[in-house]
Amino acid sequence: MSARLTPPNIQLDEQGKLKHFLTLEGLKPHHLTEILDTAESFINPHTNEIKKVPLLRGKTIMNLFFEPSTRTRTTFEIAEKRLSADVMNLNISASATKKGESLLDTLWNLEAMQADMFVIRHAESGAAHFFAEHVAPHVHVLNAGDGQHAHPTQAMLDMFTIRKLKGDIYDLKVAIVGDILHSRVARSQIQALSLLEAREIRVIGPKTLIPPFPESLGVHVYHDMETGLADVDVVIMLRLQNERMKGALLPSEQEYFNLYGLTEKRLTHAKPDAIVMHPGPINRGVEIDSAVADGPQSVILQQVTYGIAVRMAVMSIIMSNAAQLAQAQEPTP
Amino acid sequence: MNIVIQQGRVIDPSQHLDAVTNIYITRGHILAIGDQPPEGFVANEVIQAENKWVFPGLIDMQARLGEPGQHHTGTIASETKAAVAGGITGLCCPPDTDPVTDSQAVAELIQRRARQAATAFVMPIGALTQSLNGERLSEMYALKQGGCIALSQANRPIQNPLILKNALDYAASHNLLVMLRAENQQLKNNGVAHSGAVSSRLGLPGIPPSAETIALARDLILVEESGVRAHFSQLSCARSVEMIHTAKQRGLPVTCDVAIHQLHLSEMDVMTFSSLTHVTPPLRSHADREALRMGVKTGIIDAIVSDHTPLGRDDKQLPFGESTPGISGLETLLALTLRLVDEGVLTLSQAIQLLSEHPANILGLNVGRLAKGNSADLVIFNPNEVWQVRSEHLHSAGKNTPFNGWEFNGQVEMTLFQGRPVYRAEDR
Repeated sequence: MSARLTPPNIQLDEQGKLKHFLTLEGLKPHHLTEILDTAESFINPHTNEIKKVPLLRGKTIMNLFFEPSTRTRTTFEIAEKRLSADVMNLNISASATKKGESLLDTLWNLEAMQADMFVIRHAESGAAHFFAEHVAPHVHVLNAGDGQHAHPTQAMLDMFTIRKLKGDIYDLKVAIVGDILHSRVARSQIQALSLLEAREIRVIGPKTLIPPFPESLGVHVYHDMETGLADVDVVIMLRLQNERMKGALLPSEQEYFNLYGLTEKRLTHAKPDAIVMHPGPINRGVEIDSAVADGPQSVILQQVTYGIAVRMAVMSIIMSNAAQLAQAQEPTP
Repeated sequence: MNIVIQQGRVIDPSQHLDAVTNIYITRGHILAIGDQPPEGFVANEVIQAENKWVFPGLIDMQARLGEPGQHHTGTIASETKAAVAGGITGLCCPPDTDPVTDSQAVAELIQRRARQAATAFVMPIGALTQSLNGERLSEMYALKQGGCIALSQANRPIQNPLILKNALDYAASHNLLVMLRAENQQLKNNGVAHSGAVSSRLGLPGIPPSAETIALARDLILVEESGVRAHFSQLSCARSVEMIHTAKQRGLPVTCDVAIHQLHLSEMDVMTFSSLTHVTPPLRSHADREALRMGVKTGIIDAIVSDHTPLGRDDKQLPFGESTPGISGLETLLALTLRLVDEGVLTLSQAIQLLSEHPANILGLNVGRLAKGNSADLVIFNPNEVWQVRSEHLHSAGKNTPFNGWEFNGQVEMTLFQGRPVYRAEDR
């Protein structure tokens, strides 16, 4: 047979620890629980405050956003500052690439400015992998959303929120509602939920918004809310983008809300203590009714706060793994 | 100049020949095949071919040569050298050059450059419509006069069915061969990978099989109406193989080919986002790959091509969807096809036919066989040599191969074009 080597998982170092954070695919459950436990340690259990710690003092983190974002970039920035790192924000779509500089030239130039970590958002699926393959060995890449592929820190903050409020992921029934096809968040959530052994993962939406071969992702597909929400512990709503109407994937926002909008009445099909989540920003009256978004079961704003702790956890784990590896490689005197 | 190739295992399926014997070559042509030299034959050069295979030079119906236009990705000189290193002595180059091969001048330029390089026989394919824009017919007859072996739209199929119908009718009235790639742009949309389990996982915009099959159904109906000689290029779907089979059973004058990488790779090879596996049409499911393999085995698929597309580093050093699709395939076409023999999919004579006799028949050329009087275009192959693909060692200017590191049994030892050795393994 040919020498078709399966490439090693590029986000793990030689000790099998996180070096980059690109996707949840190929990770082990212990990688996820380590992130969740570390995030927990950053939160004061009494005040829910997130402490400032000196873990990344002297390290430079560059936030490279090739696609606009407010929420994700801001929470990353706060997380980086709480870790005492030096932070640079670069809005790339507006500068270098417009001048015809190639992606890699941009990356290598920034690397030469002594970055230790890049937090990258890009419109192409696989962009984070691409950068991770081309950075210098001591530089780390953290995926803040690549195309329709993955948004692993969002998924981890969702897991953190669920664990915080439900005690454990294990044995829960979770429904993800809306545009699964175009959602990097949904893909990462599905991987996280299956790694953490949720009892059942459901996706709810019209066929035009469900990816082909959904069963290969390990989910059950529902096309109507009433049966899809029946007896679930967690409801995750996804943002619906306007483009879906233009692409003839949906007839109208009105019809979408009538069929898939989360109202108080629909929510009664879920377990009485079910929680409602949303990665934000929410479209009130499109995918979620205000009464639910602001209601007692909604944990949407807690997600945002926990996002800071989870991103701190991922960054500090990666940097401490790197330090440990460097120590292990140093010759003993 | 008289050459004798001695004691090789001479394989030419077109004349049911598979025997250890000698080939006598004079003035670039095959004078005789047999154990005894023809009367009065005195060899100036003796090539020993004991324990070697000798078979016709391959005809590759789809290879981009980078010229005119994309010089940074190869030239006719560099790519014909790569071709003969892979045992290919005849190549058809699609019209998506820059400028497009939609005029006699461009077609002649290509052939002139090829004659200067004198390494392999290059056959330009003319554009079916002007600038390949799918709107106005090209001067098809003039293109034929200018040496175009067929007409095609390369990877830009005509979307308007009326224009396609007219193009096929016009080509039929002048008895021209038309090569079609079946692809519906609306269904392809912004897709970059097969719409399947892998694209679902990776979030890569998908290209459904219907993008190919719907276009193929339309094209087959228009081919039937016009009666044109049509050849379908680079099938990728199981269902397409069935459709071609049905069309052939109905007696339609159609043939088809598959790109060799489709017979070895599948969507699974895209799992690491490697831009080297970004091709058009996309690598499809395992089931599609198996159906394509059955298609070549049973003869529904008539030929195997390289779909050679040499690309520069900048074309591939991008995230998957932004990279340019294509594989540098000339130097792996033969090895990958012979691997299908090792894997029990094809017999050796089938493999050779799919790469030489069949393409020659489709193109209506008297090449691709070791017949007396034919140009001595042939391959001397050492079946016992083991080698490994190293992208940096490819002769092609395009190093973009997903087969880097693959190991193969058997290597081209020498390639003769018009009776001259144009490649020897020691050049490697």
